[in-house]
Amino acid sequence: MTNTTATGVKTEPGIKAIRLRHPWRNTFAVVLLLIVALFIADAAMRPAYNWPAVGKYLFDQRISQAAFITLQLTVYSMVIAIILGVTLAIMRLSPNTVVSSIAWVYLWIFRGTPVYVQLAFWGLIGTIYQTIDIGLPFTEPWVSFPTRVALSAFILAIVGLALNEAAYMAEIVRAGLLSVDSGQEEAATALGMSWFQTMVRVIVPQSMRVIIPPAGNEVISMLKTTSLVTAIPFTLELYTRSRDIAAVTFETVPMLIVASIWYLFFTSILMVGQYFLEKRFARGIGDRRPDKKADDATASITGTMTGVTPVVGSGQPTVVLPPTDPHKEDR
Amino acid sequence: MLDTPMVVADRVSKSFGSNEVLKSISLEVKRGEVMCLVGPSGSGKSTFLRCINHLEVVSSGRLSVDGELIGYREANHKLYEMRPKEAARQRRDIGMVFQRFNLFPHMTALQNVMEAPIRVKGLSRAGVEANARALLARVGLAERADYYPAHLSGGQQQRVAIARALAMEPKLMLFDEPTSALDPELVGEVLDVMQVLARDGMTMIVVTHEMGFAREVADSLVFMDGGVVVESGVPTEVLANPQHHRTQAFLSKVL
Repeated sequence: MTNTTATGVKTEPGIKAIRLRHPWRNTFAVVLLLIVALFIADAAMRPAYNWPAVGKYLFDQRISQAAFITLQLTVYSMVIAIILGVTLAIMRLSPNTVVSSIAWVYLWIFRGTPVYVQLAFWGLIGTIYQTIDIGLPFTEPWVSFPTRVALSAFILAIVGLALNEAAYMAEIVRAGLLSVDSGQEEAATALGMSWFQTMVRVIVPQSMRVIIPPAGNEVISMLKTTSLVTAIPFTLELYTRSRDIAAVTFETVPMLIVASIWYLFFTSILMVGQYFLEKRFARGIGDRRPDKKADDATASITGTMTGVTPVVGSGQPTVVLPPTDPHKEDR
Repeated sequence: MLDTPMVVADRVSKSFGSNEVLKSISLEVKRGEVMCLVGPSGSGKSTFLRCINHLEVVSSGRLSVDGELIGYREANHKLYEMRPKEAARQRRDIGMVFQRFNLFPHMTALQNVMEAPIRVKGLSRAGVEANARALLARVGLAERADYYPAHLSGGQQQRVAIARALAMEPKLMLFDEPTSALDPELVGEVLDVMQVLARDGMTMIVVTHEMGFAREVADSLVFMDGGVVVESGVPTEVLANPQHHRTQAFLSKVL
């Protein structure tokens, strides 16, 4: 309407004006580009990077196997951390003080100490608890086996990473659960849904919107934290493995580049996955309109347009709205 | 059986800490009766409504729906608090409509209506969907079945919420200020749906500030203030000729 002139036939042409220039912004961009270009050119020539060695080891079987183990460590420990985290989050919201306090103490310990220190502890578990006994307390155990045999370094790595991560996941999940309006739980309860149904069908799907972005960060962070399991010591994951190879071949820098490329490759995939998960759980909340159908506003305007011919240029309002009857529109 | 009242409240009290919100409320709602609860905010109307489906636990007194004590089991002259599962079974038969609609935002209108019959009653999807579509048509929203709540107006959302409650085929419907969160021009469409429901014989308890609705649709009107029933009776009489000065003072402000 704003483009309609008094005669009602011609619309105004777009504004033609000299664009405002930003010389300093452009200069800065050029300088940045130059620096980057110089760095790349220099890096390509610099012998210390030893690019042929990077290419040689990038798909070396030992490296790709180590990359796979890193991925396994990430996935397994993350799955356990999420399950344990959800449990801890629900425990923290429990009306029972003992239950919520225990969850709080867990968080206090596992968030309050460095993961590297925790992993070192897990490495010593075989020294602290030499056997794992199954049976009644203060009686002869039914089964007893040495801890070192039962728990491999790989398992200890997963346990160490998972228990640490669970503390962080618990807080993320708790924030997500609390972000859902209490009216949602009431509505579900009033319909006769059980607590579990309410959680699974109503609360959790809505809290996912709040949970996924930080949880995605945690997965990416976990992928990188796996490099610390050398504290156990577990040596078959990506970083330790590439460092071990470098120790023999003296190709330290190329091996670090190889490891970095693999880490970047995995994190890129995870970021794509996160994008799609976020989209999935934004159902009904984002700006997305239902497909095919026009939204309310369009519907009522088109309805008006067909009913009343717009009067233009006669000093009258250009569009005359008929008295709205909210009942008529939908019934 | 048909003669027994749907809801019987016998000296129902409710306290939050030291704050006594309901003080010995006694009333009866007959089958097919539409009762409007009116009164100033903080008078305990909503709390009383929420006690009826056990969203709030009463502190003392007896509250029963369809002859069944709400929230407790009685055996050997002792009351036992109900397990969540039993309370959930009682709530199935009591529909509730909230002031803020409380539709599930991650589900379409149709999914909102279908959720409880499928999950709670364990009915088959096909039958539930046909019934849900019929219910949406009944509240005038057949065309909006696949819309998410965020894309519906307040009045439409509240009508979906009514359809959602009706999908459980309740014997009693509770309305907690169903039009208070609506723009004035959307109030009518919700009240119309409620009026049809009342005409079809549904037993309804409505907390409302819509005196016009109370006058035209309700069979009885209860005025509450400060946690007590101040006055009750036939709506036209209470509204036209309030006996108690507190009722008079309230009505002079809202009418």
